[in-house]
Parts: sequence; C-alpha cells; structure tokens
Amino acid sequence: MKLTLKIWRQKGADKKGQLESYNVEASEHMSFLEMMDVLNEELISKKEEPVAFEHDCREGICGTCNLVIDGRPHGPQQGTTTCQLHMRHFKDGDTITVEPWRAKAFPVIKDLVVDRSSFDRIIQAGGYVSVNTGQAPDGNAIPIEKDEALSAFDAAACIGCGACVAACPNGSAMLFTSAKVAHLGKLPQGQVEHAARSKSMVDQMDAEGFGNCSNTGACEVECPKEISINNIAMLNRSYLSSIFGSNK
Amino acid sequence: MAGIELKSNVPAGELKQKWSDFKGTMNLVAPNNKRRIEVIVVGTGLAGASAAATLGELGYQVKAFTFHDSPRRAHSIAAQGGINAAKNYQNDGDSIYRLFYDTIKGGDYRSREANVYRLAEVSADIIDQCVAQGVPFAREYGGLLANRSFGGVQVSRTFYARGQTGQQLLIGAYQALSRQISTGQVSMYNRHEMLDLVKIDGKARGIITRNLLTGKLEKHAAHCVVLATGGYGNVFYLSTNAMGSNVSAAWRGVRRGALMANPCFTQIHPTCIPVSGEYQSKLTLMSESLRNDGRVWVPKSKEDAIAIREGRKKGNDIAEEDRDYYLERRYPAFGNLVPRDVASRAAKVACDAGNGVAPTGLAVFLDFASAIERYGKAAAHSKNINNPSKAEITKLGKAVVEGKYGNLFEMYEKITGENPYENPMKIYPAVHYTMGGLWVDYNLQTNVPGLFALGEANFSDHGANRLGASALMQGLADGYFVIPYTIGQFLSKEIRTPKISADAPEFAAAEKDVQDRLNQLMSIKGNQSVESFHRRLGKIMWEYCGMSRNAEGLKKGRQMIRELREEFYKDVFIPGDANEFNPELEKATKVADFLELGEVMMCDALDRNESCGGHFREEYKSEEGEAQRNDKDFTYVSAWEWNETQPVLHKEELAFKNVELKTRSYK
Ligand SMILES: Cc1cc2nc3c(=O)[nH]c(=O)nc-3n(C[C@H](O)[C@H](O)[C@H](O)COP(=O)(O)OP(=O)(O)OC[C@H]3O[C@@H](n4cnc5c(N)ncnc54)[C@H](O)[C@@H]3O)c2cc1C
Ligand code: SF4
Ligand code: FES
Repeated sequence: MKLTLKIWRQKGADKKGQLESYNVEASEHMSFLEMMDVLNEELISKKEEPVAFEHDCREGICGTCNLVIDGRPHGPQQGTTTCQLHMRHFKDGDTITVEPWRAKAFPVIKDLVVDRSSFDRIIQAGGYVSVNTGQAPDGNAIPIEKDEALSAFDAAACIGCGACVAACPNGSAMLFTSAKVAHLGKLPQGQVEHAARSKSMVDQMDAEGFGNCSNTGACEVECPKEISINNIAMLNRSYLSSIFGSNK
Repeated sequence: MAGIELKSNVPAGELKQKWSDFKGTMNLVAPNNKRRIEVIVVGTGLAGASAAATLGELGYQVKAFTFHDSPRRAHSIAAQGGINAAKNYQNDGDSIYRLFYDTIKGGDYRSREANVYRLAEVSADIIDQCVAQGVPFAREYGGLLANRSFGGVQVSRTFYARGQTGQQLLIGAYQALSRQISTGQVSMYNRHEMLDLVKIDGKARGIITRNLLTGKLEKHAAHCVVLATGGYGNVFYLSTNAMGSNVSAAWRGVRRGALMANPCFTQIHPTCIPVSGEYQSKLTLMSESLRNDGRVWVPKSKEDAIAIREGRKKGNDIAEEDRDYYLERRYPAFGNLVPRDVASRAAKVACDAGNGVAPTGLAVFLDFASAIERYGKAAAHSKNINNPSKAEITKLGKAVVEGKYGNLFEMYEKITGENPYENPMKIYPAVHYTMGGLWVDYNLQTNVPGLFALGEANFSDHGANRLGASALMQGLADGYFVIPYTIGQFLSKEIRTPKISADAPEFAAAEKDVQDRLNQLMSIKGNQSVESFHRRLGKIMWEYCGMSRNAEGLKKGRQMIRELREEFYKDVFIPGDANEFNPELEKATKVADFLELGEVMMCDALDRNESCGGHFREEYKSEEGEAQRNDKDFTYVSAWEWNETQPVLHKEELAFKNVELKTRSYK
C-alpha cells in the first residue's frame, strides 16, 4: 500500500516545528511502527535525518510509544497502543497525519518525542505503599475479595503513556493520577495512606502544570488500557476527604 | 589475565544452612557508615529497581541509572505469565527443596547449587513483599492468592496477575523506588546510558554515562557499581525482548576485565507468534501459561500441512486422527508442559520434517478447542444446566478461557488478524532469554571487586535452561533479598574509603575512551544503516548459534561475524551528531558491542562439546534425538575474557553434592 505521511518535525525543545510530507510504501501486515521503521530506513539511505519517535516493548505494555495519529492519541483503534496498531486498518492511498502528544506538562524533545517525567514526579509524590523490604506479613494474611482485587487490577493496568493527557482539552492528568490512587486505595495494603496520597498526588499534578478536569471524558475514550473515568470520581472523594479531615 | 581463579565464595556448611549462617555471620555496615557510602545501580528493571529501593531503605546513598525515560519502562514490564515461589499454598507437595531441585534439573545441571537453593529459600518472601506493596495478584473466591503451573514442573507454584505479571511487579518495585527518590535517598538519572565502567586500583568505582537528551558525557563515582541491565537476546535481532534491550553495560564491564559466563546459553521460547516478513522488528511471546490449556500439534501428513500453508485448508478442517499431538506423544509424563528447550526443539523437528503450518512452513498449532469444551462442560455443570447444547458449552468454555487468557488472545488477534477462539493459534519458537551473563560469585560480585551483577545480566541460577516464571523470581530475589546483604561483604571493608571523586584521572581517561569511540563511529560516514548490520548479525546468530548448532557452522558463523564487524567499522552510517539526542548513535554503540558478544557466543558454543538445556549440538544427541550431556568433561561454568584475536576461556568447576546428576527425562 502507498501512503502519504504528514509528520511533525521539530529539531529541539526550543525550535519551531512543522508538518512535513513523506511517501512510504508499506504492507498491511506491518505494525504502524514498522511502517515508520521503513520510512526511517529510507531517510537514512538518503542520508537524511530519520524521524525521532519513541517505542520499546512494541507489544502494548511499556507505555513508551506515543503518536497522535490523525488527531487521535494512539490512532483510530479502541483500546490499542500505537505499537499494536496494524496497517491493515488503513487503506492504500491514505494520507496519515502523525504528531506528538501535545500538552504543557509534556514538552517536545524532538520530532515526536516528548518529556513525560512529570508522571514520575506524580508517583513520587505518594503513589506507593510505605513498606520497607522485609517488613511484609505473609501474602495470605489478609484475604482480599476476588472482585476487589480485580477492580484494583483494572486501575493498575495503566501503562503511564499519557494519552489521557494528550486527549484532554485541558491537558489534565486526572485519569492517570486517579488510576494510581484507585489501584492502591482499593487494596487493604494501600488504604492506610489513601487520603493523604490523594492530596499529595493531586497537588503535584497541579504543580507540574497539568490542567483541571472538566469531565469531558475524552481521556477514557483514548486510553489504550480502557481505564475507567469512575476512578476520577473516587479520587475526587478521597481528595475532598483529605481536605476536610475525615479519614476515608 | 591468564589464570584467573574463579572463586565461588560459597559459604561452608550444609546446603540448607548456608544462607542463614551467612546472614548471621556476615560483615555488617553500621548505619552511620551506610550514610557515607555511595552505590551506583545501573538498570531499573525488576532487579535494579528492587535493589536501588532496598539499598536506599537501608541508608546507602544510591544513584540509579536507566536509558529509559522512566524506570517503569524497563523490559521487565513485558513479562506475562507469572512468578514462582515455594509457598506450597496449594498443598500439592511443593517445598524449598523441590523448587531448588526443579530449577537445577530444569537447568540441566549447569548451575551452582548454593545459589539456586538460596533463590528457592527467599522466593516466598518475594510474594509477601509484593503483596504488601499492593501488587494485585490473582485471587481465588475465598480471597487467597491463586496459582497456576508452568512448564517443567509438576506442582502449581506460579503467582500471576492476569497476563501482566511483570508489569505489576515492576510497578511495585518502581513505586518502592519512587518512594526512595522522594526522600532523596536515591538520585534517579533517567535517559542516561552507561557507556563505560571506571576502575581505580582494580576496583569498580564509577561509570561514564551519556545524557541521551543532550549527548553530554558525564562521570559518576561511587564506592561500588551494581549492574542490573538485563539480557542480551537482541544479539539475534529478532527476539521477544524490548527493542532497547542490549548487552552494552555488561559488555563494557567485560572490556574492563569482568568475565562473560556461559554466553551461548540462550533460551528459545516455544510459543511466540511466527515471523511474517523481512520488515519485522521484533517477535511477540504468547505466554507459556497457554500451554496449561493449549495442545500443540501439526498435521500428520505433509499434504495436509501444505494445504494449510497454501490456505486451502484450516486447522479445524483436519480430523482428530490426522493430527500429531507430538508433545503428548513423545513426552507422555509432561505432555504439553515439557520445559521450553524441549518444546522448542520438538517444534523445529516437526517443521524441519515438512509438517509446519504457516506460509513460511515455520509454525505449529496451539489449540484451545479441547480446553474450551472441558471448561464449558464444567461451567454448565456448576450452573446446573442439564444436557447443554454444543453451542452452549462452547460459549461457556470460551468465557472461561477468556477470563484466563483474554489479553493474550486479544494481543494475538491484533497482531495476526486471526481469531484464536475460533482457529488454533500458530506459534513458533523465538529467542527469549539469555541464561548467560556476567560471571558472579555467591555474593553476586563479578571477578572485578566492587562490580556486582543482578537479574538477567548475571549468568545466574538457571544453568543451561530457565524454567518459566523463574526470571522474575530471580530478579527480585537478587534485588530485594540477596544484594542488600551480600554487598556488605565488599562495603564493610570500604567504610574508611572517603567519597570517591569523579575528578580522579581514571575517570578522565575512561571518558576520553568513550569520546574516542563515539567520534570513531560518527566519523565512518559510510552507506549502510545500523539497523541493517543488526539484522544481518541476527541472521548469522540464528542460523549458526540458534536452536541447534554444530562445530562446522559455529566456526563459519564466527568468521562471518568477524567480517561483518570489519564491514561495520568501515561502512556504517550514523546521521546527526554525537552532541544531541541521537537514537541512531545509541543503536550503533549497542550493535558494536553485540558484534563482539556474538563472536564470544560462537566460541562458547563451539567449546561445549555436549548438548545441555538450550544448547543443542547436533553431534551430541541420543538415538531418539534427545540432548546428550557430558558431565565428565563439561560440568563447568565457562567464563570468557574478551580478546580481539581469540577470546580466552576460564572455568569454574561445578560440584553437585545434594542432587544426583541424571539424564533429564520428561517422558
Ligand atoms: C515477553 C517476555 C515475557 C516474559 N515473561 C516472563 C514471565 O512470565 N516470568 C518470568 O519469570 N520471566 C519472564 N520473562 C523474563 C523476564 O521478564 C526478564 O528476564 C526480567 O524481567 C529481566 O529483568 P532485569 O531487571 O534483569 O532486566 P530489565 O527489565 O531488562 O531491565 C534492564 C534495565 O537496565 C537498563 N539498562 C540497560 N542497559 C543500560 C545502560 N547501558 N545504561 C543505563 N541503563 C541500562 C534499562 O533501562 C532497564 O532499566 C519474560 C521476558 C519476555 C521478553
Ligand atoms: S490512564 Fe490510560 S491513557 Fe492515561 S497514562 Fe494510563 S494507560 Fe495511558
Ligand atoms: S512500545 Fe511499549 S507500549 Fe508501545
């Protein structure tokens, strides 16, 4: 299949960027990133600078890949990361626009690569259980209801990709933050610090320059792990209780 | 370095007592001294993150490095199936000894008894620790932890979190690390790649890194250096490893005098999605847990196989009696759950005989139809549905299978465009894990004092073949429960050593070496991309040092690698320049190191005139085609010293006092 790609090229953080056009010949069995590899190999063979984009596991779990494809973070397929998207979802002759995540808290580094270290700092602000190695009781000491464990897992499935932020008109990181708060808060081990954690993580999120949540729901639609927006409601409750002093 | 003596430093005493005696008598570092001691940890996957977090908790000043943009991205995140622990929660006869024995036997008697026993001993603590961190392991209806079984064992001791166990464990370790970062106990350097090791007076005292955003070289000093930089399966280009996995940190250690142990021991995983074309950048694993319920088969007749390859028939068109469930046939005791090396070779045998099923001829079926039916009937029974129809059974059965493997099936469908609930999956073996790695003693210290190696980066506890769900266990054992103690053996002698200064001349010299190396690569300005060299190297490795090997091929392969290396240094093209964010340059330094490692792997495979575990030499097999070990001559760990003309072999003899060396049989 013959494709036209319009790709965001930007030399560096402080440089201006623009869309540039490329033609590429791909096969429908390729993944989207393999198609990008083909383009880059071609650019290199012409001694031109390849397009910088990030990826690692290429199987939808590390959260590194992050392309806005035709205006949608991770492209058109529901519940799919960029690296899992295959060319069979496109047609011969298509023009595809490829851009980086765009958000104040995710500055562009080069081309399609952005800096998402703000997410790490949100986790550092309390996204953990304070337990030192060696202090743990037996794993079966506290039974956890199967459904509770599953619902904690659903929240824990977040891969930290940032598509929720890229999708949000306000550039809010509420879905990401709430997923962590819900993951830990739904488990007895994480309950103790639940309210305090909610507050410190939200405060850090604000400090990083992420926007406010206005319940547009765009994050949930684009999240490749289908993290539920209900987590945001849970976070709002625990955040408020942390401010007004009740414990749970 | 002729005549390096490889001292395992295994403590004396009974196997069962060694570790507790060691902990009771080892040298300690007092808290006030820990505060002054700096430790560098390179790599923040399961092994590195758990080590950095725990060392931080203990009070050491830790500096942690990763080339990733965040510790949470490490390759460990991709582990699917689970993590072993000798908890015996299922009351099915598991014990520390049994896990120890299974691991030794599974590794074909090529690992160190004392290390493996310790691993089995601490395995239970890992689960407790992870639960306390909030790792959402799968649970039973009663709220207790669930288990599944994995290849090569007859008990159920694998803990899992859907098909995302590695992700959940890594996030647990990442959170523990984040907590230490927030207290300032650990300084985290993301997007920093280690490009050299710095030694002062023979001891590892620091590293040279490149800031990947700016290209700037930096000098980092500490009292000791811990490498937890993962495995080198990507020397084969196509593997299940993440794209960025590489050998460079370990290899730079080797270039500074550390030894590479058992480098040819590579694990080829039997259940991966087959290669579909030249453009392919990586291979995707379908978790081994699928073999709990999937049955592996190929058509008995070549005609049927050809019809399937040409698209004239589908797997479901082949009648039951025309299928060869070759694992069940050849290995009735373990059936589809034979260890990985055995399952992989059996798939190769079936395909080499012409019975493979993908267009390339390189694939076998993994079929869930029986499991769907079995689970469907059970579900109907428990729902009190009398005389359920076939459609009802299938529907119920599919739901059960979806509950167990839903995300894997989804992944398969995304990649292949085929629905595995309706048609059997197609799978083929792929490079997955490297048992080889830096040689370490009982303390996980390499032969370079002050240089430690953890996780997949060391040659570890898996001998010639790793059992499923044991890498996560080993990585976390090393990081949470072993290194925090054993590092004290070295550091307790360093409490009077003042802060190491990065201004020492050794740092400047190492930095210059790195700068020269980068300049050299940038100045070649040839015509071929880094990727193209990597791909060619991978083909040589797979052809001559892959699932089966022979002396002639290994010699040829070695020569081809040497030629490829020469060509690389004449004709590689790297765009951009060294003082900026430059992913192509990053790839180039990695491929340059792979081009040396690959040669050593060939040498190692050639030296080992026996078949054991993942190392299958065609010259050494039984009449039935099974691997034939040679315990008399090869019960040793090979440890290689790099030398451009001829790598030098050193040996650590292995002594087995607690298990009897037997022919590994899964029949
Ligand atoms: C698809 C897949 C599924 C698997 N499933 C299972 C399973 O179910 N059960 C199981 O037990 N095992 C499994 N394994 C194996 C297991 O995941 C790995 O062996 C294990 O996670 C390795 O952990 P690690 O901490 O040693 O290394 P990694 O997780 O690879 O981490 C390496 C770290 O080192 C850093 N690094 C590397 N080089 C440098 C450098 N030069 N400078 C700075 N940083 C560097 C990286 O950034 C990273 O942080 C699986 C493997 C694969 C490929
Ligand atoms: S919530 Fe979803 S979109 Fe946001 S970071 Fe997590 S996985 Fe990505
Ligand atoms: S590359 Fe890992 S999620 Fe896409």
